[in-house]
Amino acid sequence: MNQKESLFSSKNLKLLTAPFNESNPVIVMVLGICSVLAVTVKLQPAIVMGLSVTIVCGFSCLIISLLRNTIPNRIRIIVQLVVVATFVILIDQVLKAFAYQTSKQLSVFVGLIITNCIIMGRIEAFALGNKPLPAFLDGIGSGAGYGAILVTIAFIRELFGSGTLLNVRIVPESWYIQNGGFYANNGLMIYPPMVLILIGLFIWIHRSFNKNLIGK
Amino acid sequence: MMNTNKNSYTIIYAAVLVIVVAATLAFISGVLKAPQAKNIEIEKKLNILMSVNKANNQDDAKNKNEYIENEYKKYIDEQFLVNIKGERIEGDAFNTDLKQELEKSENDRRLPVFVCNDNGNKLYVFPVYGPGLWGPIWGYISLKNDFNTIFGAVFDHKGETPGLGAEIVTLKFRERFTNKKLYNNEQFVSVKVIKAGSAPTDVHSVDGVSGGTITSKAVSTLLFNSMENYKAFFTKQKQALSTQN
Repeated sequence: MNQKESLFSSKNLKLLTAPFNESNPVIVMVLGICSVLAVTVKLQPAIVMGLSVTIVCGFSCLIISLLRNTIPNRIRIIVQLVVVATFVILIDQVLKAFAYQTSKQLSVFVGLIITNCIIMGRIEAFALGNKPLPAFLDGIGSGAGYGAILVTIAFIRELFGSGTLLNVRIVPESWYIQNGGFYANNGLMIYPPMVLILIGLFIWIHRSFNKNLIGK
Repeated sequence: MMNTNKNSYTIIYAAVLVIVVAATLAFISGVLKAPQAKNIEIEKKLNILMSVNKANNQDDAKNKNEYIENEYKKYIDEQFLVNIKGERIEGDAFNTDLKQELEKSENDRRLPVFVCNDNGNKLYVFPVYGPGLWGPIWGYISLKNDFNTIFGAVFDHKGETPGLGAEIVTLKFRERFTNKKLYNNEQFVSVKVIKAGSAPTDVHSVDGVSGGTITSKAVSTLLFNSMENYKAFFTKQKQALSTQN
């Protein structure tokens, strides 16, 4: 029974990598869509948001897993919320102190990490019933899987919607119609509904490679 | 194994958890308060400097905060409050929040003025504030010492649509205000932000941002409403100038 498991056994590694593919929170479980709509207009806030969610998710899962045998069942959701909220406030405060511009861009969405279904979902489904290390890895993996989709969508939206990446101009100014060129930014990319179309496309492509996800 | 379902256990558990969390957050908040307040102060100073076209090398500066502080000390040599009649009043101009002042009745308003002195060439900076599409918009307008011609403008906002209304922060939009005039002869008309792409030739209007019509209109309104408060101050300064000459 008490067999020691190595830190990165294949089982643990799987927890870390699965959310990037067959159990991706966004394109397979379709969780956390609201923040994906909101913070992916530009790449930089999307990266910070992805990192923040990863940190919050990983450490919340770790703490909940450590406390899992002591938590009274009747107030378990409240305890989970308190732990998640603590990390969210921490991240918000740290961003305000050390990354002020980014924190202004993310505005309320840092605070709204607490409502991100991915975090509560992983705590309920996994961290409450597993040892701290697997729970931590699962949390980090899920957060990073969410972040990966966030960054990919932000990349497409910023490139085609604003012609820049990380606020560095990619599409030359001289290409634009108002400067005598032939190009115009795609205004639809700026608006949230485009994200739904993009996610739809991602799900389509993803499932065409993962036939076992289809039609269950 | 302890019974974790007892009422007493649940209550004590909740109480201990909340106290531990509250203490942690209070501690963190205390530690981070100073850098957070500093960020806000630096940003305000940077905005004021940008409206007079200073602190342009902030991205190259090794220590950005120090650079901005030094530039501010170097160029902004006076800051004071005036009332609606244009008379100077006591108070801390830098920490006066225009939002709160605009909520007061006209006669109680304390309006900040910042004076930039670049080798004897004086520019006057005035804060502006008002509602945008999704949240407040604020900024700083600098006037040449004829108290009519705009030298520069800076805008910032809480949550205008990225790529559309939020474009008011860009240099491209801000530049359009340079050399525009607030007065038509003796009449205060402010500067209007009109439909994007109309390329106005008169000195009282600028192009709006395309796709940001409501934000553009909001900028128009808040410019008028904020600058209007300084009308008496402008008149006084102009009179003082003409008696000097």
